[in-house]
Amino acid sequence: MRLVLPAVILEQIRRQGEETYPHECCGFMMGRQDDRTREISEIRRQPNERADSRENRFLITPAQFRDAERYGRKAGLVMLGIYHSHPDHPARPSQYDRDRAWPWFSYLIIPVSKGVAGKPHAWQLRDDRSGFDPLALTIKENSP
Amino acid sequence: MSLVTVEIPTALRGLAGNHDSVRVEGETVGDLLQRLAADYPQLKRHIFDEQGRLRSFVNVFVNDDAIRALREDMTPVGPKDVISIIPSVAGGADPRGAAASPGLDQMQIQRYSRHLIMPEVGMEGQKKLRRARVLVVGAGGLGSPALSYLAAAGVGTLGIVDFDTVDLTNLQRQIIYTTADVGRSKLEVAARRIRGMNPDVQVMTHEARLTSENALQIMEGYDLVVDGTDNFPTRYLVNDACVMLGIPNVYGSIFRFDGQASVFCLPEGPCYRCVYPEPPPPGLVPSCAEGGVLGVLPGIIGTIQATEAVKLILGRGESLAGRLLVVDAMRMRFRELRLRKDPDCPVCGTHPTVTKLIDYEQFCGIRGEEMEAKSLGDEWEIRPRELKERLSRNEDIVILDVRNPEEVEISRIPGSILIPLGELAERVAELDTARQMVVHCRVGGRSAKAVEFLRSVGFRKLKNLVGGINAWADEVDPAMSKY
Repeated sequence: MRLVLPAVILEQIRRQGEETYPHECCGFMMGRQDDRTREISEIRRQPNERADSRENRFLITPAQFRDAERYGRKAGLVMLGIYHSHPDHPARPSQYDRDRAWPWFSYLIIPVSKGVAGKPHAWQLRDDRSGFDPLALTIKENSP
Repeated sequence: MSLVTVEIPTALRGLAGNHDSVRVEGETVGDLLQRLAADYPQLKRHIFDEQGRLRSFVNVFVNDDAIRALREDMTPVGPKDVISIIPSVAGGADPRGAAASPGLDQMQIQRYSRHLIMPEVGMEGQKKLRRARVLVVGAGGLGSPALSYLAAAGVGTLGIVDFDTVDLTNLQRQIIYTTADVGRSKLEVAARRIRGMNPDVQVMTHEARLTSENALQIMEGYDLVVDGTDNFPTRYLVNDACVMLGIPNVYGSIFRFDGQASVFCLPEGPCYRCVYPEPPPPGLVPSCAEGGVLGVLPGIIGTIQATEAVKLILGRGESLAGRLLVVDAMRMRFRELRLRKDPDCPVCGTHPTVTKLIDYEQFCGIRGEEMEAKSLGDEWEIRPRELKERLSRNEDIVILDVRNPEEVEISRIPGSILIPLGELAERVAELDTARQMVVHCRVGGRSAKAVEFLRSVGFRKLKNLVGGINAWADEVDPAMSKY
């Protein structure tokens, strides 16, 4: 499976990560998929609902989840995954991420170092929850 | 018992027969979820934790009400209710800072005092070192000093990948081993030495040859990798896996009197492939086993790698990312080459074409030492014992030695003539196509190339000595030195 992210959307995620720095940002990735590719066409930015530790924790509530799914159904898009930022930390899932991850979803992590967003990495939880596998990520340049 | 509809969220559908909802029997939410887990066993570990409790991020709703606000598991359900499982999504980076880790004990404070009194390290830095997980690939010439200094510095978790045993030829440079260790597993000896140096270090041993199948699993979870490999396939494999996992690759390589070091795979810096998109043609770059290496040199390069690893962990200073440090030990010159990240790099560029690990043996071609395994075909080969028998029968056989003169000083088959492989093309006229000829080198790799070349220019009465002069020493002349 490969995750395809248009450059303009990556830019939105990077900006969001820089805006919320030093706190984590988060949101849903919506789009379409076939057997081999998940192509993101839109993100649904979410407020980080954690009351504390927002510099290394994020939370999206079930109500936010329901709303995003409802939006997806109307727009004909599938919720394919979740993105979040790691302020001053590598773009690698933490043990905390792994303990709380959902199967099937693609997880995109964007590192934000001293307020500047870096290169994202995409991950997918193994079905047996033993860890994440890296997911191929293609950044699609904006069409002219 | 009522038959109740349970809506399955997208993320779990693949594990529930691709149904978006299923009908399950039960009287309470607890019943339903247990039955669901029984019907679809793969769902179980995602819904319940190891103690059998509902996971914190799994939210169950009866119609529009969360069961956490009702009677939890005991919430009764009827046939008209719709049960939905709605994810909450949580995550975040690993905890940082002093609050997250306990302090150092008295012994540790003494042990690390020369670090602690420097503002660039201090208590916070020493704790970072303790939390760090470093994987050293290859416990050889580069791995020996790198492991030793990282252990002494207090790196909390040190992983080692190797599958070899200690050989007498290793001891000239692999200083983590002693003479008594010859024949023992490198991993076992190295792990014991490290624990002896610093009991604070947790040693993780990975007894395996790193392959495309196991690399991601072995490397996942480490903060950085120190590349102490001695061959191109593993070097490309380590690099590509580092890019895919998003961890830095602290690179070093050595040959004869020359060494290189750099830091690859930082987000904004180049990777090994940006610098070397293609491996050299098979056989062009000899390995240390073929070409030799100054024993001290891996000590220099391996400690540079350890220094870079410590700086990356501390988040201090200027790393070698974007610079290739080139060490010429013969002239004792350190030079720097500027390296650029290649936006078209097949692995770390903006449109990567290599997105999973490939067959690196094939990518690099079979080379150097591995040539001994590559057979030219029976009619082009001869075993040392058979050669000896034919010589004893006074058959007219020319023995052509294609090694370098320094090697001939170590061992020589009586009566052989010497033309080093590199001079063979220009000196081929010295040889007679009419006479039977046996070509040899140290272990059979270079002589196989010589046989291929001689065949291409018309020689037919030719054979390669399988296993080279070292095999001759084993089979024919035990008094001869091997190297």
